[in-house]
Amino acid sequence: MSAPSPQPLQRTPLYDLHLSLGAKMVPFAGYEMPVNYPSGILAEHMHTRKAAGLFDVSHMGQARLQGKDAPTAFERLVPGDILGLAPWRQRYTQFTNEAGGILDDLMATRLEDGLFVVVNAACKADDFAHMEKGLEGRVRLEPLADRALLALQGPAAAAVLGRFAPACRSQKFMSLARYTLGGADALVTRSGYTGEDGFEISLPADAAAGFARRLLAEPEVKPIGLGARDSLRLEAGLCLYGHDIDTTTTPVEAGLVWSIGKRRRAEGGFPGSAVIRAQLAKGVERKRVGILPDGKAPARDGTAITDAAGRRIGTITSGGFGPSLGGPIAMGYVESAAAAVGTPVQLIVRDVPRPAKVASLPFVPQRYYRG
Amino acid sequence: MLKFTQDHEWIRLEADGSATVGITQYAQEQLGDVVFVELPALGKEVTKGGDAAVVESVKAASEVYAPASGKVVAVNDKLTGEPALVNSSPMAEGWFFKLDLKDKGELASLMDEAAYGKFCEGLH
Repeated sequence: MSAPSPQPLQRTPLYDLHLSLGAKMVPFAGYEMPVNYPSGILAEHMHTRKAAGLFDVSHMGQARLQGKDAPTAFERLVPGDILGLAPWRQRYTQFTNEAGGILDDLMATRLEDGLFVVVNAACKADDFAHMEKGLEGRVRLEPLADRALLALQGPAAAAVLGRFAPACRSQKFMSLARYTLGGADALVTRSGYTGEDGFEISLPADAAAGFARRLLAEPEVKPIGLGARDSLRLEAGLCLYGHDIDTTTTPVEAGLVWSIGKRRRAEGGFPGSAVIRAQLAKGVERKRVGILPDGKAPARDGTAITDAAGRRIGTITSGGFGPSLGGPIAMGYVESAAAAVGTPVQLIVRDVPRPAKVASLPFVPQRYYRG
Repeated sequence: MLKFTQDHEWIRLEADGSATVGITQYAQEQLGDVVFVELPALGKEVTKGGDAAVVESVKAASEVYAPASGKVVAVNDKLTGEPALVNSSPMAEGWFFKLDLKDKGELASLMDEAAYGKFCEGLH
């Protein structure tokens, strides 16, 4: 656990709503956030897979980059193909450093006159400073601190949101649309971090709690805390910044090559591009993989991974219980020679080696909208 | 006799002289959904305050400490297949293990139910 922050904890515009719903609040990335509601993490997780879950992700950093040069300027900070994004389309990418390490991962959406980006809460101050510096005044950075962010995730998400904004039902995966929701201007992307179909809804702070209450009044929707958000993203094989990716891991080692544009691989021009292009050409020494323990014992972040002979070959970076699978799941980094699916490994949990296998990710099929 | 520790274990002296150990209602509420329990081996000698078992929720793993010293004479195998019994019935069906106590006098230093209730109130 990290040391308590000396700063007083911040609250999102949904803080009072969380308390009224009986949430258990915990400190997270400088905010007081709901880890779960009275039904508990398992029930919240399964509900999201079955119907629709509403998450408060207002702690995340939202910003607009204004100016027609924004995509060109932004490409100097990330390996993603931002120039190739059509207006209103969204892409997952990373801020990289000169060593090819990952400073943060983020979502970038092309607007007609710039970009809309969403970054991790714990990194947002650093990210905004990094952008200010990297954009060198060619583009205006406008942090959207006065906007809340809700995520509505699950197979019923489109049916529910469609009652408020019918056009969202056919909105493309990884695209943005503007709707009036709760009487306010909403920026809605069809994306999320659970492996399910769903939306992220950016709203003015003063309209967020009211609209959240209206969503919660729909029969399919229940509030979901950060606990289930973590187990959902782990089952979906998605990286958690600070655990599965950080400044010591590159997008190639992390298995995020799919998010690096083809043109960017050829041209470079982003921080660490020499390292990343060399890794693409020659391969990497370690890779992020899924790990499925044979037994029932969860293997947590930091657990040592060895080969059958007991030689250390890697480390678990996220691990816990996968409610949809009814057993433990994990991911971590192993030497590339041991990264093939099915490779037997051992996990050293409480000093006892426990058998496990390298598994393919995601652990549950992704169910994004492909309409 | 039923006693409690500051680490939220309970220990109950049974008619046959053995002592049953589990975790409290407060502990299971704090943990949330229990998904895995690791029980001690039969015959294991445990010492008061030492590691005896592990209980894991979706979020994290927690140690269960022995409230008193003794030898493990029974474990609740039902928890292996049904760890959620720790949530639904922490003081009865969700027991962890039974001890043959080395010295029943060790229980004297533990809290009774009223004292433990006050102790938990102070944690809020």
